[in-house]
Amino acid sequence: MQWSEFFTSSVGKKFVMGLTGLFLISFLVIHVGINATIFADLVDPDENGAMFNKAAHFMGSTVLIRILEIGLFAGIILHIVQGYMLEAKNRSARSVGYAVNLGNRGSKWYSRAMGLLGTIILLFLIIHMAHFWVKARITHTLAPVTYNGVEMHDMFSEMKAVFSEGWVIAVYLLGCISLGYHLAHGFQSAFRTVGVHNNKYNSLLVNLGYGFSILVSLLFALMPVAMYFGWVG
Amino acid sequence: MEHYTMNLTLKVWRQKNSQEKGRFETYQVKNISSEMSFLEMFDVLNEELIREGKEPIAFDHDCREGICGMCSMYINGKPHGPWHANTTCQLHMRAYKDGDTIVVEPWRANAFPVVKDLVVDRSSFDRIIQAGGYISVNTGNAVDANAIPIEKDKADNAFAAAACIGCGACVAACKNSSAMLFLSAKVSHLALLPQGGPERKGRVLNMVAQMDREGFGACTNTGACEAVCPKEISITNIARLNAEYIGAGLVVE
Ligand code: HEM
Ligand code: SF4
Ligand code: FES
Repeated sequence: MQWSEFFTSSVGKKFVMGLTGLFLISFLVIHVGINATIFADLVDPDENGAMFNKAAHFMGSTVLIRILEIGLFAGIILHIVQGYMLEAKNRSARSVGYAVNLGNRGSKWYSRAMGLLGTIILLFLIIHMAHFWVKARITHTLAPVTYNGVEMHDMFSEMKAVFSEGWVIAVYLLGCISLGYHLAHGFQSAFRTVGVHNNKYNSLLVNLGYGFSILVSLLFALMPVAMYFGWVG
Repeated sequence: MEHYTMNLTLKVWRQKNSQEKGRFETYQVKNISSEMSFLEMFDVLNEELIREGKEPIAFDHDCREGICGMCSMYINGKPHGPWHANTTCQLHMRAYKDGDTIVVEPWRANAFPVVKDLVVDRSSFDRIIQAGGYISVNTGNAVDANAIPIEKDKADNAFAAAACIGCGACVAACKNSSAMLFLSAKVSHLALLPQGGPERKGRVLNMVAQMDREGFGACTNTGACEAVCPKEISITNIARLNAEYIGAGLVVE
């Protein structure tokens, strides 16, 4: 069997979805972990985002992490392109629909809405990147701050500025909710897709997936909310 | 259970042939016994249509005891009707009460084109089986059934997978019209047993390739298939199929 046959088969395409999905999940763990350092402010009011700024600086400063960043972009693009291709193929497999649908009697609504949830995440990502990534990596238009003689971007102040507007909070909450539901199905689905077929582990992964989705989307959602209401910063 | 009779409104999909566009037709059926099967209720309606000089409703059926997988009807939005782990032929009219309206549609999937009314062409399933759903057996005397010891768990799982009757309800229920539950049952059934060993890799690769050629969608693990399967085929088989396919696809030259 040729590689091309493997990766163009329905199971091969899903394998790519599963792998890239799991890779994106591992990225989320790091992303939410680093951003959660803004809550150091709750413990020490003089902190003023120092821990967060240093962590964000570190994430842009080593070659290894910049290479991983390229991998992350490739992974996201692959996931999105493959996702839309699968969604289109799956929709085209039934030209005449039903008068009465099975609906929620057979599956969870969010498991059937992965394309829609992914699209909301994608739109959110574009806004999110314009808010932070473009300013930090492309235009370098962030104010500087110096710790122990090292100058770096004051990402923390930028967050406070961005999260001072109501519509931004609404967009971020929508993004977090969509991500939560995307992962509530995607987390366990990805393991099945890459071949985990032991019921003991599959049921564990379902629950782990719910826990992960709730925890990650809640933590992410708390960041703009906490800054908007001035609990942090 | 107490016997009763009921009058029902049926909305049934009528379609002359595979080319023509179909439409719903409404019928009133009277004095239906709660002890009839769903298909017997259709027999009663068809006899009445014949008496009136009208074309009877075409529907598939064979065994009428839940083992052949022919009786494909999408009843009020659910393949094989409201009962869990049940076929249309084994659905009884006691599931309904007087005055109910029942919508009956054929399986909807481009890989299952409508032949007439509620009859669909499921020969795509036959071609998937032909692509690898078999084992090699040496000629000569039949080997003693107990000659090869098989782990109990594997024997049980293979047996459970072998219960698939190829009815197509999984495809009908799936938002992607995916045949993965069916295929995974067929692949698991043989992959779990030593007799399935010689063709193990080629089987899964060829059967998936045929499934893709037939125009079924890809699986997104929603679980609708498992929920409607009359034989309770487990969705875990799909994950096993993925492992079989990936394992074979990454090594076969
Ligand atoms: C950080 C962002 C994202 C993460 C962590 C993520 C994660 C996942 C995971 C784990 C799966 C399950 C894969 C499988 O079942 O094999 C999945 C599926 C999918 N994702 Fe994403 N995803 C993200 C963003 C997106 C975006 C931006 C889109 C845009 C279209 C998208 C579209 C899809 C689609 C269509 C599926 C297929 C549904 C399925 O197979 O069940 N995802 N995603
Ligand atoms: S897996 Fe179940 S629903 Fe699908 S064809 Fe087999 S018996 Fe029918
Ligand atoms: S007619 Fe054979 S299973 Fe229903």
